[in-house]
Amino acid sequence: MSILIDKNTRVITQGITGKTGQFHTEKCMEYANGKTCFVAGVNPRKAGEKIFDIPIYATVKEAAAASGATVSVIYVPPAGAADAIWEAVEADLDLAICITEGIPVRDMLLVRNRMKAKVAAGGKETLLLGPNCPGLITPDEIKIGIMPGHIHKRGRIGVVSRSGTLTYEAVGQLTDLGLGQSTAVGIGGDPINGLKHIDIMRLFNDDADTDAVIMIGEIGGPDEAEAALWCKEHMKKPVVGFIAGVTAPAGKRMGHAGALISGGADTAEAKLAIMEACGFTVTRNPAEMGKLLKSLL
Amino acid sequence: MKIHEYQGKEILRKFGVATSRGIACFSVDAAVKAAETLAAQLPTKVWVVKAQIHAGGRGKGGGVKVARSLAEVRLYAEQILGMQLVTHQTGTRGQKVKRLLIEEGADIQKEYYLAVLTDRATQKVAVMASSEGGMDIEEVARRTPEKILKEFVDPLVGITDRQAAALAHGIGVPEASVTRAVEQIKQLYTCYMETDASLAEINPLILEADGNIKALDAKFNFDANALYRHPEIVAYRDLDEEDADEIEASKFDLAYIALDGNIGCLVNGAGLAMATMDTIKLFGAEPANFLDVGGGATTEKVTEAFKIMLRNPKVKGILVNIFGGIMKCDTIAEGIVAAAREVKLGVPLVVRMKGTNDDIGKQILKDSGLPIIAADNMADAAQKIVAAVQ
Repeated sequence: MSILIDKNTRVITQGITGKTGQFHTEKCMEYANGKTCFVAGVNPRKAGEKIFDIPIYATVKEAAAASGATVSVIYVPPAGAADAIWEAVEADLDLAICITEGIPVRDMLLVRNRMKAKVAAGGKETLLLGPNCPGLITPDEIKIGIMPGHIHKRGRIGVVSRSGTLTYEAVGQLTDLGLGQSTAVGIGGDPINGLKHIDIMRLFNDDADTDAVIMIGEIGGPDEAEAALWCKEHMKKPVVGFIAGVTAPAGKRMGHAGALISGGADTAEAKLAIMEACGFTVTRNPAEMGKLLKSLL
Repeated sequence: MKIHEYQGKEILRKFGVATSRGIACFSVDAAVKAAETLAAQLPTKVWVVKAQIHAGGRGKGGGVKVARSLAEVRLYAEQILGMQLVTHQTGTRGQKVKRLLIEEGADIQKEYYLAVLTDRATQKVAVMASSEGGMDIEEVARRTPEKILKEFVDPLVGITDRQAAALAHGIGVPEASVTRAVEQIKQLYTCYMETDASLAEINPLILEADGNIKALDAKFNFDANALYRHPEIVAYRDLDEEDADEIEASKFDLAYIALDGNIGCLVNGAGLAMATMDTIKLFGAEPANFLDVGGGATTEKVTEAFKIMLRNPKVKGILVNIFGGIMKCDTIAEGIVAAAREVKLGVPLVVRMKGTNDDIGKQILKDSGLPIIAADNMADAAQKIVAAVQ
C-alpha cells in the first residue's frame, strides 16, 4: 500500500504537448509502471493526435471517459493553470496534481472556493496537490511529477514537504541509510494550495504500510502548526520534523511565494517549538533528518 | 511589488475610496508650487510634507512634517528630500528620499485602521479593521488583539453590506458616518481583488469633523505572479526602492536576497536554500545571502550567480549545495569551474553535490585543479566553509 497513488493509478496529463509536459511525461513513463499508468493527454487543439503513443483528447472529461483515468497532472502555463485545475474538478477526477509555478494567488483563491462550493452542494470532491509542487511518488510503482526517480527506494517511511529539492534531500538521506519510502509527497510552496501537511499526515497515519514520517516545513503560514496539533491527538507513528528558514528575515519572500514571515507565529523557531510540544522529534540540522528517523524505529 | 503612498492613493481614488488631496514632487521648488496649488483650493493653510519611500514608519523617522506656511513647506521639503530616512523597516542604512508628497492638512477627529489581505488558513479574503488607527498594527495585535476585527469574505460572493457594517459599527464609527464607512470598506475590497493585491492597507483611515471618512495613508503590495495582467501597476515600479543586486539577479531568473553574514550560498530550490542557510548558522556563522538558481541552471546562470554573490564585500567564502534531479550535477560542476575561472575566485569554495551524475560532477571539480573543497553532506559542507573563513 501507499497513499494517494499506486501502480493501478491511471493518469491524464494536462499540458502534455508543452515543453515541460513532454519532458516530464517521458521521464514518468520510463519510471516503474509508467508506461501503463500514463494513459491520456489533453490539448484542445491537438485532439485526435498521439504523443509517446498516448492519445490526446480535447477535454479532461473526454480523456477520463475514454481512458478510465482518475488522476491528472497539470503542466499548463500559469495564466491558464487555475482553469486547468477546474477542468479536472468538473470531470470529477479523484486527484489533480498541479506542478505549475507562478499562478496568480487570486486565481487559486477563486478555484479553491469553487472546489469547496462544489463539495458543499453535494458534488464529488477532487483532491488537489500543489500548485508549485514537485508532485508525488510511490517508489517502484509510479512517479507523477518532476522528482528524480532514481534516488527513491521502495519502503515504509512517508515524506511530506513543501519544497522540491528539500524533499529529495530527505529521500536521499533515507535511501542512503537503507530506508525506503512508502510515498513521498511535495505539497508545494504557494500560499493558497490544495492538500496541506495535515491532510498528508492523516493519510500516512491510516496507511498500514507507513511506519514513520518525515515532515518538512518552511517559514510562513499556519499549516505546519495545524498539522502538529492534529498529530498530538491522533498520530500513532513517530514523526521527525524540520522547518527551513531559521535565518530568513521577516518581510522577505524567500523564493516560494508562501515562504514569507508575516506575523510572530509563523517563524521557523515558533513552528519548531509547536512541533516539539506536539511530540515530533525535531531537528535544526537538516543533514540529520534521516539519521534521526532511523533512531526512532 | 510595493508602490509609493501617492501611487496607492491614485489607485484608491480610481476605485472610489476617498483620500486627501495631494501632489507628488521630485524637487523643493515643485513642493512649494504644489503647496500653492493646493492652497488655492483649500480653506486652511496647513500642509503635510511626506517622504515617499516604500518602507513604513516614516513619521517616527522624521519623514512626515506638518507645515503651517509656505516657508515651512520649503524648509521641511529641504530637510526631507535627499535625507537617508531610517525606519524600523529600512535597516540601519536607511533609504534615500527622492520623492515627496505634499498634501492638504486633515481635520482628524478619529483614526481607524483598515486592511484587506488573503488569509491562508481559511482561503478567504480577510478584511480587518480596528479602532486603534495610526499606530503600529502589530503592536495593537500583540497588546489588544480584541481591538482588531476581522471579516472573512468568500471571493465568489464578495463582501456583503452586513459584513462591512459589522466592521464599521465594531470600530465605533459614529452612526451618521456608517454609510460612508461601509462604502469605503466595500470599495477597498473591490480595489484589492481587481488589482491582484496581496495587501491593501489604510492606516489611518480618518473621520473628519464634517463626518467624512478618508484614507490618510495607503500601503499596497501586489502579487508578483499576477503583474503580467496589470501593466498599469508595473508602471508604478520604482527601481530606486529595490536592491540593485536583487534586480540584477532577477534578470537571470535567479532568486537572490542579500543578508548580513559572510558566507555566500548558491543552492537549487528555495527550501533547500533556506535549509543550507540554517545549517551555516547552526555551525556558528551567518549566511551572506539567499540564492536559488532554480531548476534549469546553465553555465551562464551559475557565473552570474557567483558575480552577484561576490559583489557583496562581506563575502569571505562560498558554499554551493546542489541536489541534482532533472538538473545534472556534471552540468553544474562545469558551470562552477567556468564561473570560478571567469571571476578569478579569491575566497574559499566548498561544494556539496548529490543526485544525478554526482560522481561525474565531483570528478570535473577535482580535475579542474581549482582549490575547491568537496563535502559529503550539508552539515559537512557547512562545517568546512565555516572553518575556512575563520
